[in-house]
Amino acid sequence: MGVAAPNGVGIPAFTDAIKKGISGIHFYKELEDLNFSCCVGGIPPVSEELKQQYLSPLQLRNFNSSGILYGCIAGMDAWNDAGLPMNGTDNPDWDSGTVFGTGTSGVEKYREAIYHVDAGNVKKLGSTTVLQIMASGISAYLNGIIGFGNLVTTNSSACCTGTDAILIAFERIRSGKAKRMLAGGCSDHGPYIWGGFDALKVTTYKNNSSPEKASRPMSATASGFVPGSGAGALVLESLESAIGRGAKIYGEILGGAVNSGGQRSDGSMTAPNSTAVQRCIKEAVEDAGIHADEIGLINGHLTATAKDATEIKNWSEALNRKGKDFPYIHSLKSMTGHCLGASGAIECVAALLGLKNDFIFPSLNCEDVHPEIAAIIDTEKIPHKLIETDKLQVIAKASFGFGDVNSCIIFKKYTG
Amino acid sequence: MNKEELIASLKEIVKPYVKDPEGLKNLDENSDFIKDLKINSANLVDVILDIESAFDIIIDNESMEKMLTVKAAMEIITTKLSEK
Repeated sequence: MGVAAPNGVGIPAFTDAIKKGISGIHFYKELEDLNFSCCVGGIPPVSEELKQQYLSPLQLRNFNSSGILYGCIAGMDAWNDAGLPMNGTDNPDWDSGTVFGTGTSGVEKYREAIYHVDAGNVKKLGSTTVLQIMASGISAYLNGIIGFGNLVTTNSSACCTGTDAILIAFERIRSGKAKRMLAGGCSDHGPYIWGGFDALKVTTYKNNSSPEKASRPMSATASGFVPGSGAGALVLESLESAIGRGAKIYGEILGGAVNSGGQRSDGSMTAPNSTAVQRCIKEAVEDAGIHADEIGLINGHLTATAKDATEIKNWSEALNRKGKDFPYIHSLKSMTGHCLGASGAIECVAALLGLKNDFIFPSLNCEDVHPEIAAIIDTEKIPHKLIETDKLQVIAKASFGFGDVNSCIIFKKYTG
Repeated sequence: MNKEELIASLKEIVKPYVKDPEGLKNLDENSDFIKDLKINSANLVDVILDIESAFDIIIDNESMEKMLTVKAAMEIITTKLSEK
């Protein structure tokens, strides 16, 4: 696995950050100067030196796409971490492919291009504009680096993107069409990508002076999400193949489901249809071949908007569990903000790190649990501090996105 | 600018795009950007942009099409400079 998250770049730094509950949210003067309501955000700390470890001087020439950069860092790290070589031969690796999604990437490059075009200087776009602004830029870059010969594509389904990518890759392997797949999601940072959310008034404007307290999923004082960015990546392969080559195994994907509420009933472009959400969760449980009672932890979508309570209600009804019987539940977004198209992938990486290393990371900033949530589940089920436990066997992870789309994955601890 | 100076500045300009270090070492008038220096054909447009800004000239589409070798580049640069 690989990750470039606002609170940690690389698996060791990220593991340490999520165990300690370190926030990656900071105040950005640039946003204030641009009259943003929400002037806090999450940007992965990537130095120039680190960049050069992943991309060549030629790749970095006229390069201006933070999403592709984060995706390359996470994707290359994941491939290395899985013990797989960068393909140095002349032959594509026919058995390996990638589904690497993005909500939007290359937006700063696009901005550069628009200025050139409007000034009549289209020639100045050079050779790299297309590659950086095409939706599939990230999968194309990773393909150049790794040398895949199987499916190479980019999916996009708003905040479900990362989770969907993993499920598409999972299906590809399950159907026998690929041996291994690099799956992930990435998202740009900055005002041009975050501006639309600011204008929609779905981000918080109340915590500009206390960035670490700004992302408050499940809290009574949650007032909107904090925009984030980054990338997460996982290498998926069949259990046989992983065992066969003695690969490091973080966990098993038992199954999953994706669906849509069709923007009907209570669903809309920006709100989920609860019937569809519950159906998606139930279908994932069924696909995984488990009973809802086996789920020990929910890694929620939980963005810190008014919809958090609705999400808890949907989990509770779909799993038919409530009060003290409800699984543990937490939100990584309390530390990273909402990393948009990357969120699902980064959160799946966090979920698997907990499964493998026997911990449940804390959910920050919800000491004041929202009363509508406390009415459904026992507040003890929301960990405010790190829990170390080897009892955790099954995690359910869901993402919900604009357009009224849902996805849910069931992970299981690998015990050999 | 004499011929040697022009070749030296072109060598510096194409350096980031050259995939064959041997080719760069042996760069001379007859070097072909794609065949000898192994520059990705898409990167030729970047080479031309860099030449334009280095010499403060504008290279038209017809000239661009011809600029496949060091020699052709030198001729076009010299012509454009003389037109200034």
